[in-house]
Amino acid sequence: MMATGELNPNHYPAQRAAKVVQHYLNTRYGSPYRLLGLQRVHSGNAEDVEDSGRKYQLEISVQEMIGNTTEKCSAEVLFPRGEGQRSPQVQASCEQLLKVNNTAQEEALYKLFKTNQSLLSAQNLPDSYGHIEPDMKPLWHLSIVASSAVMLNESTENTLYNMAQVANITQLATENDQVKFDCHVLLHEMVSQEIIHWKLLFTWSPPEGVKVLQMEQLPHCHDCEKPPNTN
Amino acid sequence: MVPKDNLEDFAGHKTDHHEVQVEYDYFKFHPMPEITDWMSQVVKDYPEVVTTVDYGQTYENRVISLLKIGLNTGEKKKAIWMDCGIHAREWIAPAFCQYFVREILHAYKTDPKMQTMMKNIDFYVTPVLNKDGYIYSWKDNTTRLWRKNRSPGPLGCNCSGTDLNRNFDAIWGSIGVSFNCCSQVFCGTHPASEPEAQAVTYFVGSRKEDFLCFLTIHSYGQLLLIPYGNPNYTASNYDELLKVGLGAADAIRSVHGMNYTVGTSPDVLYANAGSSRDWARLQGIPLAYTFELRDKGIFGFQLPEDQIQPACEEAYSGAMHIITYAHDKTFNAAVATAAATLWTMLLAVGVTGTTLM
Repeated sequence: MMATGELNPNHYPAQRAAKVVQHYLNTRYGSPYRLLGLQRVHSGNAEDVEDSGRKYQLEISVQEMIGNTTEKCSAEVLFPRGEGQRSPQVQASCEQLLKVNNTAQEEALYKLFKTNQSLLSAQNLPDSYGHIEPDMKPLWHLSIVASSAVMLNESTENTLYNMAQVANITQLATENDQVKFDCHVLLHEMVSQEIIHWKLLFTWSPPEGVKVLQMEQLPHCHDCEKPPNTN
Repeated sequence: MVPKDNLEDFAGHKTDHHEVQVEYDYFKFHPMPEITDWMSQVVKDYPEVVTTVDYGQTYENRVISLLKIGLNTGEKKKAIWMDCGIHAREWIAPAFCQYFVREILHAYKTDPKMQTMMKNIDFYVTPVLNKDGYIYSWKDNTTRLWRKNRSPGPLGCNCSGTDLNRNFDAIWGSIGVSFNCCSQVFCGTHPASEPEAQAVTYFVGSRKEDFLCFLTIHSYGQLLLIPYGNPNYTASNYDELLKVGLGAADAIRSVHGMNYTVGTSPDVLYANAGSSRDWARLQGIPLAYTFELRDKGIFGFQLPEDQIQPACEEAYSGAMHIITYAHDKTFNAAVATAAATLWTMLLAVGVTGTTLM
């Protein structure tokens, strides 16, 4: 049943694999001022790799959403098979990705987080109307980057993840030069149509980027009137 | 007659109340009571072409209504079906239905082509099919992402709601569904078990020969999906569905440059059974499409209000491509035949050298 060989770039197998590349790129290169979105799949190829899993080779275009630039990337995604649930392995090379200089903006934001009198906090990004206060956008971007690590880990050939909403993001105090956040995000998984809740603890600084320290799926009965029993 | 004040519509008729197009903000999301009021206002403003039809009840006993738009010729007419809001959280869909109604009514005043279409066909537009779900999604922050209807689960189930777009009698339960009542794609206890699905089934089913096309509006993903959701079934007019769909996608792209992918659900998204689109096609309605509107995942179901206008403009262009094709295929056949006859006659005249004057 699985498509092998050359793939139709508009059909779901190549699209799902390409989305995994998006999550990988955001995990690696994402920041409050750099957010990557899959724009297009130009071509794709899939093959079974004996004893390993299934490997996709893709040519895609990726859009940097804040600066609105587009570039081409070549990528490989290996969905592992075998014992235990393992995350897909991704390799990608994009021509221009790191050339846009966000340093000034990032330093300014970092300084704001570090020197602000009170710790920042926000809820419902975006709100029900799709609105995000301009001041809150960097927190939304950071949450997408952190969520991308989860979405990357959780992805298979049978899933397509997007972050639906940040329910809550709270800045935590730190003793070191990192900025630290605790956030509760809602992920939308397209194939099952489920909304999955995750709690993430992550740090950020301009030199280090986003590092996820802890991730935990939250039990959530989305269509129950009563909340589920939590241990 | 010289107009004395601003209260005039395009045709120069004096109105003694503000027309709905001036006051209603089509580029904001509206809660159900406002949509209901808007529907009443549209009927008041265009009584010669718009009537409301109540055609069912939701689980929570709300009336399911559509706007029937077209010139009353006293004869049985061909028809176009559009429904929005089968899935509660897809707020851009009801927004589009409202915009669509406004656009065709505006065009009716000024565009001869639309005037012809209004004579030949009726548009049946349901702005919010899953009213209970939509209202629930407006309740608070925790309910915004509700998808299903609000019927209780089967006996012994902790969760509520059936996925209406898996509940239609179209190879029901065969693929891409769950029989777990807590699932977002729970297909219900049996085909058309849900009152909302029954309403569409009965209304469209009892008039199925009249319908030229059936459009069901959803979000998100930027897709135009053609039957069938079960990969073991191919529509007899697959080539036509694809060709017209690709034309619609071209029309969409020409508005704001957005790409919409065209194909069957199993090809471009996922396999699924029990959709309203598949049910419509199985009834014999030839052009059945699912529209998945903006975006591609960055905002998802919570599309910002500043994108309502461009999303609606491009979707309107796509929908009109399909509707115009359906209309012209049915009604221009006579015109084409007359033109061919005239041309044949002219050629014959040319060959024999007979002068016409």
